[in-house]
Amino acid sequence: MNSDWNKDLKVKFTVQDPCQLVRKSFGDPVALDLRYVVKKVVGEENFVDMAPNMSNNYCCGGGGGFLQSGLPDARRQYGKVKFDQIMSTGADYAITPCHNCHAQIHDLKEHFDGNYHTVHLWTLICLSMGMLGENERVYLGPELQGVGL
Amino acid sequence: MSDEAIKIGGKKKSRFMDTVKGLLPEGGNLDMCLTCGACSSGCPATGLEDMDPRKLLRMASLGMDDELLASNWPWMCTMCTRCIYVCPMKINIPQLVFNLRASRPRDQRPKGIVGSCDMALRNDTCSAMGATEEDWRFVVEDVAEEVRQTQPGFEKLLVPMDKKGSEFFLNQNSREPVTEPDEMIPLWKILNTAGADWTYGSKGWAAENYCLFCADNENWEKIVRTKVKAVEDLGCKVWLNTE
Repeated sequence: MNSDWNKDLKVKFTVQDPCQLVRKSFGDPVALDLRYVVKKVVGEENFVDMAPNMSNNYCCGGGGGFLQSGLPDARRQYGKVKFDQIMSTGADYAITPCHNCHAQIHDLKEHFDGNYHTVHLWTLICLSMGMLGENERVYLGPELQGVGL
Repeated sequence: MSDEAIKIGGKKKSRFMDTVKGLLPEGGNLDMCLTCGACSSGCPATGLEDMDPRKLLRMASLGMDDELLASNWPWMCTMCTRCIYVCPMKINIPQLVFNLRASRPRDQRPKGIVGSCDMALRNDTCSAMGATEEDWRFVVEDVAEEVRQTQPGFEKLLVPMDKKGSEFFLNQNSREPVTEPDEMIPLWKILNTAGADWTYGSKGWAAENYCLFCADNENWEKIVRTKVKAVEDLGCKVWLNTE
């Protein structure tokens, strides 16, 4: 895989470090692996990290059952920290390698009227390898709908 | 911060915190708070329900068990463990939260979490959305067949089910097969292209475990054991969780 598709487009990406994967399981080494893959896929110059990040990253508020707890106001107030963190990167896309993070960060964007898209890592890996099908682009914005089709 | 000073009443009673200390290695360091506030300053749940991690721990130390048990805050803390990560004394506040959840009668815990736990217990799939083995096998094969028919280069796409002795046993959040099955396709393509030796299982495939979030100790263990058995029955070496 490579990032040639994004050389001229220059679409910017940030990445959410899932608490379960990073802080609670494998620590900074897996966060560095994650960045290695993301940079290969989108181009190093098109990656913008959040601050703080890796093991010190903030939880998005989708974990611990919060999404199913019937407390949406509290969940979104919690998530406002994450929303502001993503918005201040200026990234067009937040890559979420965890399912709960994806659901929460997507919801935060809708609720707070953000301007980023929320995508799974697997979507971008396939995009960069020219093997992402037409029906597999639900979470991509208009600028990426035709890339590599 | 609260407006009034906290008043401590009457004689010393047994504290909820002592019960939790008894459960944790080194007592979870629960008695070692320096009150520095690093936990609270970096916690996204600070301020919700007029609570924060330091205050929760302080209330536990003061034996304010009734107030703690009445608070909804333990359901607003995601137990993300950032407070431990930044704590100079490595105090296990998330375990205090987990056990506060567990101390509430089950029928008074959030209905959505309890319901998802109960649903997962109905099938060996462990799906919190109630997907059965038949549902799962049908969706996977149906979506895979459509890719084979319509996407050049993937005419021979393999999506193995119950393939004994595979290197990887892959599980999947129920939301994908149930509500957005096309999201599984990119993952399959990557595994095929990489030549990975993997399989799904018809049992124990659902990645989520709401019985854990429900703090239902007996049943979250049951869910984990069902999943582990599914992996071991197929003789797989690595259990890959997509969450």
